[in-house]
Amino acid sequence: MKTNEQIQGGSLRHTRRDFLKRAGSGLSFAVVFGSAGVKVFSAQGSSRVRETALGAWVRLNSDGSILIYNPAAEMGQGSMTALPVIIAEEMDADWSDVRIEYSPIEPSIYGSQGRGGRRSMRTTGSRAVRGYFTDLRKVGAQIRRVLLESVAREWNVPVSKLTTEPSTVVHAASGRRISYGEITAFAQVPSQLPEIDDSQLKSPRDFRLIGHFVPRFDIPDKTNGAAQFAMDVQVPGMLYALISRSPVHTARPVSYNESEIGAMAGITTTVRLEHGVGVIGSSMEAVIKARGNLKVEWSKGTEAEGFDSKAALLEYAQIPGSDRVQARTVSEQGDAPTTLQHAAQRYEADFLSEHVYHAQMEPLNAVVSVNEAGDGAEIWAGTQSSWGVRTEAAKTLKVGPERIKFHPCYLGGGFGRRSNSDYVVEAVYLSKAVKRPVKLIWTREDDLQYGRFRPMNLQRMSAGVDEQGNITAWTHCVVGDGDSLLTSGAEIPFYDIPNQKIERCTVSTGIRLKHWRAVGHGFNKFAIEAFIDEIAADQSIDPYQFRRTLLRKAPRALKVLDTVAQMAAWGKELPEGRARGIAFSERSGSLAAGVAEISVDDASGKIRVHRFWSAVDGGIIVQPDNARAQIEGGIVTGLSSVLFESLTLKDGKVQESNYHDYSILRMSDMPEIEVKFIESYEPPSGLGEAGVPITGGAVANAFAALTGKRLRHLPFSPERVRALLDEHKIQNQKFQI
Amino acid sequence: MARFTIKVNGRNYPINVSPDTPLLWVLRDLIGLTGTKFGCGIGQCGSCTIHLNGNAVRSCVLQVGKIQGRSVTTIEGLSPDQSHPLQKAWIQEQVPQCGYCQSGQIMQAATLLERNPAPTRDEIIRHMDGNLCRCGTYERILRAIERASKEG
Repeated sequence: MKTNEQIQGGSLRHTRRDFLKRAGSGLSFAVVFGSAGVKVFSAQGSSRVRETALGAWVRLNSDGSILIYNPAAEMGQGSMTALPVIIAEEMDADWSDVRIEYSPIEPSIYGSQGRGGRRSMRTTGSRAVRGYFTDLRKVGAQIRRVLLESVAREWNVPVSKLTTEPSTVVHAASGRRISYGEITAFAQVPSQLPEIDDSQLKSPRDFRLIGHFVPRFDIPDKTNGAAQFAMDVQVPGMLYALISRSPVHTARPVSYNESEIGAMAGITTTVRLEHGVGVIGSSMEAVIKARGNLKVEWSKGTEAEGFDSKAALLEYAQIPGSDRVQARTVSEQGDAPTTLQHAAQRYEADFLSEHVYHAQMEPLNAVVSVNEAGDGAEIWAGTQSSWGVRTEAAKTLKVGPERIKFHPCYLGGGFGRRSNSDYVVEAVYLSKAVKRPVKLIWTREDDLQYGRFRPMNLQRMSAGVDEQGNITAWTHCVVGDGDSLLTSGAEIPFYDIPNQKIERCTVSTGIRLKHWRAVGHGFNKFAIEAFIDEIAADQSIDPYQFRRTLLRKAPRALKVLDTVAQMAAWGKELPEGRARGIAFSERSGSLAAGVAEISVDDASGKIRVHRFWSAVDGGIIVQPDNARAQIEGGIVTGLSSVLFESLTLKDGKVQESNYHDYSILRMSDMPEIEVKFIESYEPPSGLGEAGVPITGGAVANAFAALTGKRLRHLPFSPERVRALLDEHKIQNQKFQI
Repeated sequence: MARFTIKVNGRNYPINVSPDTPLLWVLRDLIGLTGTKFGCGIGQCGSCTIHLNGNAVRSCVLQVGKIQGRSVTTIEGLSPDQSHPLQKAWIQEQVPQCGYCQSGQIMQAATLLERNPAPTRDEIIRHMDGNLCRCGTYERILRAIERASKEG
């Protein structure tokens, strides 16, 4: 982020009364302290900001430039542009006047409203646009109202006779016009900005920015090396650090060759942490070499010791219906177990998936400078949870969050990994120990092996179908570690199935786990969509038509399904060796349907996805081009996980270490992707993850259409596909019971 | 430690490091050219791609002691004012998402267009296949290279 020199200092000392005075050269709708998020954070400032919360977002300067604060992390999802667009739309700002900076980290003002009214500054769950949409529209409308009222007073005309054009107030009767910048000369800003009700907001039909192409603010700097990631931060006196972490998650260092490492060239010191040994030195090279020579004896007896991912999956299969683990009901309607028993036909199948790694391109890192006294720190990090970083760092130093200055940086990918602050807290410990600024870098191997993974799991699905071919009962039990991570997306609210029971059986593994783009939707929607497809096939009903029946009471969902079928010309004849599969999913309020067209290389078992169509209902689309990029990206990430990605744990240790043995999708594996958004005036829903969950089902179902065989284990690696093709027995024997 | 002079973006930089230090860390930490990124450290992701005498190479596995007398170009030096046809096309096609891999993608693509101003789609894919992008911008990278090829 570029520092905005103009707003440094000064305004910190504004009192509430200042806002009633005539503004001078710069009209401040905000108490601005420091350069938001770049330079300063102080407790004194934050209490002042609270008083004028509704006016905290925008600063208008006499030169006409408009500074808008962005409260969200920017990790490639485009929120830093989309959120200011919402304010600019309602305030009728000319976009070319707008500058964007990070807002201060103050959730009570800059947070979006979550459940229970609590405001949060976490950029997770595809929540930014949908979480802020209404609030920021009102902010924009309030500011426009203040500008109109100021002009009405100055010109002595009724406010109702004034209108706005981009960054200009117009009095049509006299033809007078005045730019927003000029209004700063006489504008009066009330301490309480005027109340705006929904009827005073623009009609979506009048949007000039929302729903139109606005180039992303961050993109130019991402084409010339100027964009600043935390990895790029250097501060005076900074040292470099690596940590050797336990190869078995959460074991502790018992002893290590401390004096030998401490004596190596360029090494400042080593620091013992709960879960590892930090090596601090004057350069990356020095710490890389020293860590290579580090010999640590790790504690025995941690939970993950001996964990074997292959064996665990076999064990998971024994759990549903046994008394080994108490199943927890996630949702239930009707009486699925009884209906199932009396169904005309019953189906059952297990679906499996492995641990998956985030693999964001920028490995975790943070720069932390703890002060001499150890009672305050300055932090540079890319995080999805800026408030989390401040509070976690404060907790580590046993001080209040006002003692932590946080400088947001671009994130080289988040995908859920960067909403956890573990990597920042580590750097706080190291900087505190060495009393110097420290840049802690996780190497790719660290990032992968001490990652926090999407949990492996087994899903037992069963369904009962009546004489007419309708699914009347549905049970879905997810077995694995990770509690709610396991069952996100396990529910099927749009499918008209009267009796449903969704459960999870949680086991504990000691493996570090986390949200991963779309969380459990990735594997759950795969299982749901593949299972439905199997039932449709067994009932000799076209899978698209079968879903149409299931979605009959959900018109928006049906529209999405119909649209994708139309886009792909579902049912048309395909060239030899190609087949298609269809899938539907909901994620973060958005509805998506996808069709994959695939072929399989018979010799290697490699699946190639040639084309992927997707229709999405995301309500009002704030940034159409970026929204498309998000769906494209979700589909790519989804396909990557479906085709390639899995971690192997043996003896409690992750066997993969870097991109050479943890493959992610490459350009040569890219399908042609076509995305269509349903036109809608409904409020926006989340798009960052919506593309992910439709991929597994669509590919598995295409594979079944092509080969008659059912892929039930993610990922569909060539070896697994080859092995399945080699199975001569009819796989569906187990399926229908 | 040893003293070297390395030529980066047309300028000579005297440095004093161990000759087996990867060029990546010299560029980033000593010279301050941080557009070249650390992604994997083993030449597997392409985020650290730079030009060495006009060839795209992975700077994370290139020892600084082995490049004496050769000329290094980083993303910061690809064009004097960020006006390389690829940079312009990257903006027009709105390619980057998180952006972390994009310096490497652009540097990799630049050597293709240098040698083959009008590559086919397959040629582009073959040339770019070693550069990973986790956000999934491949389709737009392709389109941007095609655009730069036409408009460059």
